[in-house]
Amino acid sequence: MLRVENVGKAFDDFMAVNGARLTVERGALVAVIGPNGAGKTTLFNLITGLYKPDRGKIIFEDKEIGGLAPYEICRRGIARAFQIANIFPRLSVFENVQVAVLARQRKSHNLFQPAQNLARDETDAILDNTGLFPQARRVAGALSHGDQRILEIAIALGSEPRLLILDEPTAGMSPEETAKTMNLVQQLARARGITILFCEHDMDIVFSFAQSIMVMRHGETILQGTPDEVRQNHQVQEAYLGGADA
Amino acid sequence: MFNKFVEPRWLLLTLALLAALLFLPLVAPLFYIYIISVIFVTALLAMSLNLVLGYGGIYQFHHAVFYGVGAYTAALLITQLSLPAWISFPAGPLVAALTGLLIGAFCVRLTKLYFGMLQIALGSLIWIIVYRWYDVTGGDNGIHDIPLPEFLTSIHGAYYFVLIIAAVCVALMYLIIKSPFGATLQAIRDNPQRCEAIGINVQHHQLIAIVIAAFFGGVAGVMFVTVERSVFPGLLFWVLSLEIFVMCLLGGWFTFAGPILGAAIVVALRTVASRYTDYWTTVLGIMLILLIFFLPEGVMGWARERFKPRASAADKRGRELDAAR
Repeated sequence: MLRVENVGKAFDDFMAVNGARLTVERGALVAVIGPNGAGKTTLFNLITGLYKPDRGKIIFEDKEIGGLAPYEICRRGIARAFQIANIFPRLSVFENVQVAVLARQRKSHNLFQPAQNLARDETDAILDNTGLFPQARRVAGALSHGDQRILEIAIALGSEPRLLILDEPTAGMSPEETAKTMNLVQQLARARGITILFCEHDMDIVFSFAQSIMVMRHGETILQGTPDEVRQNHQVQEAYLGGADA
Repeated sequence: MFNKFVEPRWLLLTLALLAALLFLPLVAPLFYIYIISVIFVTALLAMSLNLVLGYGGIYQFHHAVFYGVGAYTAALLITQLSLPAWISFPAGPLVAALTGLLIGAFCVRLTKLYFGMLQIALGSLIWIIVYRWYDVTGGDNGIHDIPLPEFLTSIHGAYYFVLIIAAVCVALMYLIIKSPFGATLQAIRDNPQRCEAIGINVQHHQLIAIVIAAFFGGVAGVMFVTVERSVFPGLLFWVLSLEIFVMCLLGGWFTFAGPILGAAIVVALRTVASRYTDYWTTVLGIMLILLIFFLPEGVMGWARERFKPRASAADKRGRELDAAR
């Protein structure tokens, strides 16, 4: 579904991503791991169009997407939830998701129809699936941190993606919230047939949820394999799992 | 706000206000009728700015240009080409919108402060042309005693005309804000990066918003011509842009009616202050300082903070996120 081939991106002299390789199969849950500064978020930014790659190819559903604008990449079926809660704080929870649904339906240029009656069912369904429905009318900025992160995912679902990219979906969450969020993600992926690519610091989560794990270090892909392969890989143990981060 | 298109009590209040304004000329002295007409014009101008400022989060530093272009277009078509009002009046907003398209197309490529700076630069370019091109625009003298249709020549006639046009424009702007486009625009204000990520072409939407705001600014410009029957370069000078910016902030830029209130306060204060001092801009400056310190969300925002604490908590969170970005 998604293939990243030898992608590189430098900021001034710093090679943030340097030879990253990644394959995501349809329907899989794929994790990217690596120490801080390994280039995980930069890789996600490259895939979602926030940065243009200096070299290499990013191929989604057999088409090159490297260097397209973020909104174009989203329209091709890739949505993303961000590491920090990246929501619309002054809009209601409902409106947060609705805006994404309207954008997908290409209705965001519609000038003279009341928005409140549009995309209602679909928005409600997403809020229902993510458990945010009871808070639909609250102003998003007033939600708890955990709920804002869930809303973050709900907004991404509004784009009806085939591939959903989650950047540390559980960062800053309590253990209960973490479990709840990851179960939700898994359940959504199954119910909606979404492929998931995520990065995460918590190794327990990665090894219990991911079917395929890609390990990065210094912007480079060390290997990608099943959790067992990754666990047994000598290089990975040395580079990462044996280190202070494990 | 979230489930009803217009809350019944706001609708009632609006209708009551409109009714009162319709009957006002029967009782009020001419001077007040004139001042209130000026408030309508200014309020429409401030609201058109707030469409992009408060709802779009776009730092439109030189909005008065579109006001001036609208006013001058109508004035020039009437005086230079002797075109009738029914052609010259609609031409004002259309030319203003076109100007918005041209200036906006350059500016949307930049963000925040740089956007505002470039706009001041491009706007000042238009201002200097108007200011110096004596043969056509009358230069710093402006154009006076513009002939208008019979029914607009009385203060009462102009009052009713401006009231009706302004009311229609305000209703249209309300529709736009409540439309999918309006919702998207507010989302862009809150978080442009996220909007790109959900498939919204941010610059494209911002440009449309600027064109719409310029259009309504142009309407306000034409309304100015009907009330004052003259135009002068001050209409598109950047100081006026600052003044309407202050009106939006003063009234409350995250509220729909805020700019109307802001315009009413500023016009009223200017009218009073001008009797006592030539330094009106000083008063304006002091007001701005007080505003920043004591009413950062404007008068309407302050009222909301008192009566709807939850919504204003979200605004605070919004400000934090804005600052962090």
